[in-house]
Amino acid sequence: MGRITLDKVRKAFGEVEVIPPLDLTIDDGEFVVFVGPSGCGKSTLLRLIAGLEDITSGQIRIDREDATDVPPAKRGLAMVFQSYALYPHMSVRKNIAFPLKMAGMDPTEIDKRVNEAASVLNLAQYLDRRPGQLSGGQRQRVAIGRAIVREPKAFLFDEPLSNLDAALRVNMRLEISELHQTLKTTMIYVTHDQVEAMTMADKIVVLHAGRIEQVGSPLELYRTPRNRFVAGFIGSPKMNFVEGAEAAKYDAHSIGIRPEHVDMSRESGVWQGRVGVSEHLGSDTFSHVHVDGIGTINVRTSGEVDVRHGDTVWLTPTAANIHRFDKEGLAIR
Amino acid sequence: MATKHSRAAARLMISPAVLLLLGWMIVPLAMTLYFSFQRYNLLMPGMEEFTGFTNYRFFLTDPAFFAALLHTLQLVLGVLVITIVGGVLLALLLDQPFWGQGIVRILVIAPFFVMPTVSALVWKNMFLNPVNGLFAHIAKFFGLQPYDFLAQAPLASIIGIVSWQWLPFATLILLTALQSLDQEQLEAAEMDGAGPMSRFTYIMLPHLARAITVVILIQTIFLLSVFAEILVTTNGGPGTASTNLTYLIYVQSLLQFDVGGGSAGGVVAIILANIVAIFLMRMIGKNLES
Amino acid sequence: MARKVSQNRKALVTVAAWAVGIAIFFPILWTVILSFKSEGDAIKTPFEVLSANWTLESYSTVQERSNYLRHFWNSVVLSVGSTLLGLLIAVPAAWAMAFVPGKRTKDVLMWMLSTKMLPPVGVLVPLYLIFRDFGLLDTRIGLVIVLTLINLPIIVWMLYTYFREIPGEILEAARMDGATLRAEILYVLTPMAVPGIASTLLLNIILAWNEAFWTLNLTAAKAAPLTAFIASYSSPEGLFYAKLSAASTMAIAPILIMGWFSQKQLVRGLTFGAVK
Ligand SMILES: Nc1ncnc2c1ncn2[C@@H]1O[C@H](COP(=O)(O)OP(=O)(O)O)[C@@H](O)[C@H]1O
Ligand SMILES: [Mg+2]
Repeated sequence: MGRITLDKVRKAFGEVEVIPPLDLTIDDGEFVVFVGPSGCGKSTLLRLIAGLEDITSGQIRIDREDATDVPPAKRGLAMVFQSYALYPHMSVRKNIAFPLKMAGMDPTEIDKRVNEAASVLNLAQYLDRRPGQLSGGQRQRVAIGRAIVREPKAFLFDEPLSNLDAALRVNMRLEISELHQTLKTTMIYVTHDQVEAMTMADKIVVLHAGRIEQVGSPLELYRTPRNRFVAGFIGSPKMNFVEGAEAAKYDAHSIGIRPEHVDMSRESGVWQGRVGVSEHLGSDTFSHVHVDGIGTINVRTSGEVDVRHGDTVWLTPTAANIHRFDKEGLAIR
Repeated sequence: MATKHSRAAARLMISPAVLLLLGWMIVPLAMTLYFSFQRYNLLMPGMEEFTGFTNYRFFLTDPAFFAALLHTLQLVLGVLVITIVGGVLLALLLDQPFWGQGIVRILVIAPFFVMPTVSALVWKNMFLNPVNGLFAHIAKFFGLQPYDFLAQAPLASIIGIVSWQWLPFATLILLTALQSLDQEQLEAAEMDGAGPMSRFTYIMLPHLARAITVVILIQTIFLLSVFAEILVTTNGGPGTASTNLTYLIYVQSLLQFDVGGGSAGGVVAIILANIVAIFLMRMIGKNLES
Repeated sequence: MARKVSQNRKALVTVAAWAVGIAIFFPILWTVILSFKSEGDAIKTPFEVLSANWTLESYSTVQERSNYLRHFWNSVVLSVGSTLLGLLIAVPAAWAMAFVPGKRTKDVLMWMLSTKMLPPVGVLVPLYLIFRDFGLLDTRIGLVIVLTLINLPIIVWMLYTYFREIPGEILEAARMDGATLRAEILYVLTPMAVPGIASTLLLNIILAWNEAFWTLNLTAAKAAPLTAFIASYSSPEGLFYAKLSAASTMAIAPILIMGWFSQKQLVRGLTFGAVK
């Protein structure tokens, strides 16, 4: 079991309120991602759940039991840190065994579990090395191994992949998702990378300045962002925003259209513009088109398109995919 | 990092150290203060009585007090100047590449590990002794009259001995600081046309400021209470020519058994040390914040 | 570092540095040399001293006459005992200040440092009387307590600067792994801080070994360490240079060797981490 409920949880460091009162429920077995720009309070929120920081007011329940005053060691949660936080003086085997040793488990059972975890994570031949002798990806796996052996109620990940190179990051992303499928344990995953959020989450919590902007499945957030912040944060490349007269035509203070929802043509369309930089990825082409009176619109086209700097093109937003926002930035439905 | 639990634990963990040091500070301090207002001589037990400021009056008007104060100042400043100037020069020398750096470093640092009683006795007998000391032998070799250092210039001799003990410390710290100086800064200055002197004045010296401050702070703490060196070389003499405050109070309380007078001296020493300490902490606080 | 240096210049610096190094070391060297000479030879001119026969007689005389080994053992007990006791008190305190810093942590640290500025002579009388009344004069336990207290601020400071370099996340990881505070300190912090703890240990043994105010004033014979033992040579009695040299050599040799091993940490330790 691993159901975590936050009830009016608030956190202030001295006078500075980092997390205004916030409610959130994380269901058993869910993969929840906290996403938001750096400094928005993701780590703080995760550490509140872990018990590494006290909450200023409110209540945290784990499986219906009040955990607000329970020290981290007793919450039954496991955490994977951004820096991995492996014990440098212990072998990989000892690292993974540490939580079990702390739980007072008998050595044969510890051995069995460590070996199981090691084989799941492909660490079997490294068990006698020190963390210092491992690559970044291997260290990450050790950290995960240390978390899974004790069969926690939930896993907490704080930007676990941000110290890895791009290729490895994609691999580990898959491995963690795989792990979640196998273990079916609640996971809370913090990242500032919306791609990680979109690809891994059952449920995304978008945070901004300590506030929850929206909670929902990846596609819900993509399709129906609640406000401009979410609309701009989720999706890559970023949504284009247009304000002023053009937005007024749609009865909105501003409108947003994703690059993949703009058609580009040489002959006709709604907006006429000049192509600036275009990025040719092979699979896609991103063209930055300067439209007079509107600004720069980023357009995504599938496959290879022959556009050059200075070309004149016509753009047409697909009407069904236009997001409208009011003065406060809230979506108009 | 900080929860109610961890903060409570922290308070618990820090309290033995804090309580012990607090006791170590307060109990003897209070007693010293109390005794300083008593007529109390260990040779005349049962005669204790309150005497107000008499002890202070006697202590502060004793010519030996002013002499001791002056000697303390001379000792501290003399050793500081010698060790810092010498330390900077030595550090500049040792910072350059040469063969056998490791061994020379070991040679230079060695005096710091010699216990005060040993270094004082070695200097007193094997070097400064006017009959059999090495310096006397050298003087005689050149046909000169041997100089009786400890009789003729007792304080200067002690300053010399103490400087020998502390020069390694200053050198080692200044050398370490110098080695942490970014070589590129020096190269940039060289490219800008700065000669060795201006490189030293404008780049090295400011970089050493922090280390020099630290050397001053730490040496002052120890130099204010130089004791063993005086005890085994001159016993404060001839007369009071090499008596510092620490030694004077020692003589009064443990040799003349005048607990009251010694305590009054102790209080004076504490007050003086505090003045110095406040001054130093200011200086160091400014220098260490960065 | 890749500056080109002419060989000539390097040779010049080498000569100068060695000359200065040997000059500074000379008193120690001379003491060691004299310790291997007979008393009659030890007071002769330097040339005669160097050409005289080598002998170990002073060493055996010193041991017979003044029971060197007992004082040596006292020094060991006092310095090691006070340092271990100090570590026992300081490790938890340094943990608290390094990993659960509060608003007043800096002040507490500064205050601890300031207790070192209290001139020992200011509290000599009461301490002497306390020791007398509690029968602690000339006992090892009494001196261990005093040495622990005078070095405690340095131990706390040194450990604090070492602990601060250990990432707090690792201790948090231990907490998440279910470690109690005791386990966190014992199995995670302490093993990670071994180098720092070792150099703290070394430096404080050196400081305690050489401490000469309290050891001279609070001991007489039984508990006297080497500092006091050597001081007993301050009033000359006939020919004694060789014996004094032998006693001195034996008193400083162990600590000199330890000191050479810990010179790097010494800087950091004695400057409270301000110079690394
Ligand atoms: N211990 C602390 N004391 C004071 N402010 C803190 C502390 N920890 C975090 N903060 C502040 O809280 C805000 C959120 O930090 P954090 O949760 O680390 O952000 P994120 O993980 O989303 O990048 C930041 O503005 C940070 O400066
Ligand atoms: Mg973070």
